[in-house]
Amino acid sequence: MKLNKLLTSAAVAFGLATGAVAADDKTKVGFVYVGPVGDGGWTYEHDQGRKAVVEEFGDKVETVYVENVAEGPDAERVMTQMALEGADLIFTTSFGYMDPTINVAKKFPNVKFEHATGYKRADNVSTYSARFYEGRAVQGHIAGQMTESNIIGYIGSYPIPEVIRGINSAYLHAKEVNPDVQFKIVWAFTWFDPAKEADAAKVLIEQGADVILQHTDSTAPQAAAQAAGNVITFGQASDMAEYGPKPRVSSIIDDWAPYYIARTKAVMDGTWESSDTWDGIGAGMVKIGEISDAVPAEIKASALALKASLADGSYHAFTGPIKKQDGSDWLADGETADDGTLAGMNFYVEGLEGDIPQ
Amino acid sequence: MDLSAINPVLLVASLMVAATPILIAAIGELVVEKSGVLNLGVEGMMITGAIAGFATAVETGSPLLGFFAAAFAGAALSVLFGFLTQIAQANQVASGLALTLFGLGLSALMGQSYVGVKPPQMSDIHIPVLSDLPVVGPILFGHDIILYFGIALTAAVWALLKFSRAGLVLRAVGENHDAAHALGYKVIRIRLMAILFGGACAGIGGAYISLIRVPQWTEGMTAGVGWIALALVVFASWKPWRALLGAYLFGGVTVVQLNLQAAGVAIPVEYLAMSPYVITIIVLVILSADKSSAPAALGRNFHASR
Repeated sequence: MKLNKLLTSAAVAFGLATGAVAADDKTKVGFVYVGPVGDGGWTYEHDQGRKAVVEEFGDKVETVYVENVAEGPDAERVMTQMALEGADLIFTTSFGYMDPTINVAKKFPNVKFEHATGYKRADNVSTYSARFYEGRAVQGHIAGQMTESNIIGYIGSYPIPEVIRGINSAYLHAKEVNPDVQFKIVWAFTWFDPAKEADAAKVLIEQGADVILQHTDSTAPQAAAQAAGNVITFGQASDMAEYGPKPRVSSIIDDWAPYYIARTKAVMDGTWESSDTWDGIGAGMVKIGEISDAVPAEIKASALALKASLADGSYHAFTGPIKKQDGSDWLADGETADDGTLAGMNFYVEGLEGDIPQ
Repeated sequence: MDLSAINPVLLVASLMVAATPILIAAIGELVVEKSGVLNLGVEGMMITGAIAGFATAVETGSPLLGFFAAAFAGAALSVLFGFLTQIAQANQVASGLALTLFGLGLSALMGQSYVGVKPPQMSDIHIPVLSDLPVVGPILFGHDIILYFGIALTAAVWALLKFSRAGLVLRAVGENHDAAHALGYKVIRIRLMAILFGGACAGIGGAYISLIRVPQWTEGMTAGVGWIALALVVFASWKPWRALLGAYLFGGVTVVQLNLQAAGVAIPVEYLAMSPYVITIIVLVILSADKSSAPAALGRNFHASR
């Protein structure tokens, strides 16, 4: 009897103990990456955000990530696996994960999903993105003044609104400071393929471009520009400072850490709600990397002034008058673009040559 | 559209660079397949060569040493394949696929600390007078030494296979290993040597991407070039010069389509993007319409007791 009671209380105690453990179970956060964390660009910055989450919450959080996940059915499999393994919050960090995220989210209503750069939401799916086009405006401003051949090469990844916005924004601000500027655009149809990106950069340089802007993730175009000599580039997604002070004269840096920390905290507190976040330079989600000494001081000063006006909201990167490529009016004088149009942007502005691949 | 923006001289020069990794890997695989072995691990050996070469070049400061290390690393990985298929009699297709997956993982692991590092530059050769000639200079005399190595390798393999006794023996082993064995040739030993040669070539091809063409290290940077080299061997009907033609064609169309895009030619980008594959396949299919066919013993394991 005594022994029995002892065993029972031991069992109860054990049960309580495990119950207690389960109660303050770690919050598990999953990340799905489109490239390797070592790409030095897009995925690298997302992983920096993940590390910041680990640093912030320490033992209270457990993070898992899967790299090199192809956009498509494979992504669905990876997300499902994460959800089954008990992830509470999953960040899917590429545009092409949009439909897979929605599909998997339907199957796991208790798991929170966060999809980067997309526009489809659900009760347990938020979207978040950064206003990279604000950074592109600063790039265009510098590029337009730095170019001597008046040809700026642009390596596009996929013809999606985010990339097209970047091209338009860079072009408008390059044209503003240099009416003769011309953009040559090459679509690489990849986010990450160093050999292809290097080829694209070389081709653009051979065709006279002395500024290369890229919307692909690797540092290969930087290396190609360096080999070519008198060409400047901008870091994409990450600072890419190892290629400074030239060819890399500045960069757009994505800073996901504050957002990732805030959203993880919301899940811990039970206050997480589906939302749509689109922050820019002002909120710190987009940063402009150090403008190197290769840029003359007056250009640097005006670029920083442009950055400041974008940050405090006194200037919008798409301010009229702006016409579309076909010559039709888009924005009247002084009018600024609304977020809806920007989110679905599928046209070039007036002056850009070529068609957007459909 | 502004086609005048395309500089044909630079175009030819850069297509040769784009084609070289494919060419070197394809020539290596061609020798392997001529000996009757199908090694699908080219991609894995290439990427291992890419990181081994890159790491060595960074540590020693010598790109040339990097290429030697890459050849060694590719060959070392192919030893694994050789052991599995020739000694342990494992299935060649499965072993080759495993080699590719293994190589991709191994290279990612080895490359952890080399991401974002800049390798020492391999300088282009410069022959006084010749390299300064207009048109001919940049195309023929202004490249790095490995590019010429690729062409020399093609010629050497062609001559060896066609005219030398060693080439005859290699082909005999690939066509009918039982007969070759009956004649007293060491089938396994010959095949192992061919596999080693193929591994070394794939390694050099991979290092060409990480040291010259890109040049930097990133995970998965060969991005399928190994598979293209494999396909090229088949479409080239196991003939070295056709492999060279195919590699230059593929590299050429790749570069040309980017040039056309940059020049604003109004062809949908999707067609341009698929054109390297389509054109290479069409041309080589037409070329291979003659009666040349695969080595008869390709992919079949040999055991002396049979």
